[in-house]
Amino acid sequence: MTETRAPGIRRADHVAISQFINHGDLVLDVGCGDGQLMELLQHDRGARTRGLEVEQTGVNRCVAKGLAVVQGNADDDLPVYPDDAFDVAILSKTIQELARPKFVLDELSRIARRVIVSFRNYGHWRVRTALLTTGRIPNLGHDVGWWSDGARRPCTARDMAELAEQAGLAIAAATAVSGKPVNGRSLGRLNWTAEELVFVLERKVKR
Amino acid sequence: MNAPARTLSGADGLKRLSVATPDQPLRLDSGRTLENVEIAYETWGELNADKSNVVIVCHALTGDQFAASPNPVTGRPAWWDLVVGPGLPVDTDRFFVICSNVLGGCMGSTGPASRKPDGTYWGTDFPVITIADMVRAQIALLGRLGIENVFLAIGGSIGGMQVLEWTVQARDRVFAAIPIAVAARQSAQNIGFYETGRQAIMADPNWRNGNYLAEGVRPERGLAVARMAAHITYVSESALKRKFDRRLQDRTTKTFGFDADFQIESYLRHQGQTFVDRFDANSYLYITRAMDYFDIAAEHGGMLGNAFKGLHTRFCVFSFSTDWHYAPEENRQIVRALNAAGCETSYVNIETDKGHDAFFVEEPEFWAGLRGFIDAAAGARGLPKRSAT
Repeated sequence: MTETRAPGIRRADHVAISQFINHGDLVLDVGCGDGQLMELLQHDRGARTRGLEVEQTGVNRCVAKGLAVVQGNADDDLPVYPDDAFDVAILSKTIQELARPKFVLDELSRIARRVIVSFRNYGHWRVRTALLTTGRIPNLGHDVGWWSDGARRPCTARDMAELAEQAGLAIAAATAVSGKPVNGRSLGRLNWTAEELVFVLERKVKR
Repeated sequence: MNAPARTLSGADGLKRLSVATPDQPLRLDSGRTLENVEIAYETWGELNADKSNVVIVCHALTGDQFAASPNPVTGRPAWWDLVVGPGLPVDTDRFFVICSNVLGGCMGSTGPASRKPDGTYWGTDFPVITIADMVRAQIALLGRLGIENVFLAIGGSIGGMQVLEWTVQARDRVFAAIPIAVAARQSAQNIGFYETGRQAIMADPNWRNGNYLAEGVRPERGLAVARMAAHITYVSESALKRKFDRRLQDRTTKTFGFDADFQIESYLRHQGQTFVDRFDANSYLYITRAMDYFDIAAEHGGMLGNAFKGLHTRFCVFSFSTDWHYAPEENRQIVRALNAAGCETSYVNIETDKGHDAFFVEEPEFWAGLRGFIDAAAGARGLPKRSAT
């Protein structure tokens, strides 16, 4: 058993994701940054983790901490993984920054039995109100313009549900980052009330 | 340590073990066999009770077994004492580290500069060898040392080729592997560079069809040119510019002759000259040929992933951003194959201007990555933690 250190700062969305991870799960964290979520999943949930990260500084920090992380990007490096290689694949606050979100989701649902995505919900009532009153798309968490490189794709809970549908995936569970898990039927309420969401997606047709 | 085989201590003081005898010859990829093979090696640290702390260090083309202590024959300092030693990433306080001179080498292991049983030099009668043959000899060496399993295999360049070959040939007897600045197959560009070097050696009138040792001469000019050409590929263009640019050597104006006007010329001439003092020209032919023939995928149905399928070895691949000898993309192909095979894999591309040879020199980000990976692997293997400093 690999020794893991207790993570220092716990990001709320990481904690929300971790409740869906079972002991011993083999997990791929796509866009794993400096490995905080991987450490948390190893330490709190007894998961086995692998990471994919594009930035060198993040990769170096992960490897220096003993985490198994590959420097690469989702667009190029996912197709080489075999079917069902992982129990879970995670996109934590990554999917809205991808060049090809549908492609990546297709690939992840091929290589993992479950895909967990966390994302900013642009359907939240404050966002809707702000759009109504200011006439502008609120730039949640971004201090640069919508045109900047890597600017986030603004999508709502319902938009994400549409992508899941397109990818042949069902929403097995959904939760606001700071709330209790609900099932997919409560999506309308979550779309009003949650600033950040976690979706657990599973293939509709089991292989 | 119980070493059942005879240790030949020649006048040169190198440690050697016999790994092939007429009863148990070494079978080579070429189909030929070698009946008498000795491998020269060096060790650091102590073998633990359950023999679980063995580290194999594989040296590069012109290296030798003296990774962590000075070479008593050449007087040259250890080539990797920034990485292998007490408290260093490859920690000799905790690990039993073995580095051996490759088959075909010229620092005590059997090669073209060795004598045949009839007393004459092998020269170009020596069979062409492969990376797999080198690793076969290393596995045999470990057998003679009474060691079955390897905690870590680590090496850069052709050393990295040996690391990859170790994991494939010894299967799950290797717990962790660190291939550095390497490729799973020699590129056409590199075959071309090394062919240029071989032609320089063979064009030297003192090469005498490979028979120079018997005739008491050495193809020094050819070997020096081979080294100069190869050395350019080990450093980056940006580093050459930073260190030399177009600066003149000990003069203020061009001489309009073919003396070493430029600092880079003087530097390369020095690299060539110091190399011929310590290396055998025929060894250079054989080892570069082994690199040319290296292509792991070709031996596994053309699919690199198949070579690694089912391995429980954990890997960490390192590349260097300005390496054009084994470019990051070539290393990434190994990583993709490892992932496709389902192996536990890490990969770090180190940003540096030091080119291919970055793994020999000061590179703190590289060292931090090595430390992290090796310490985590040691923990997983149940080996002791690094002592607090």
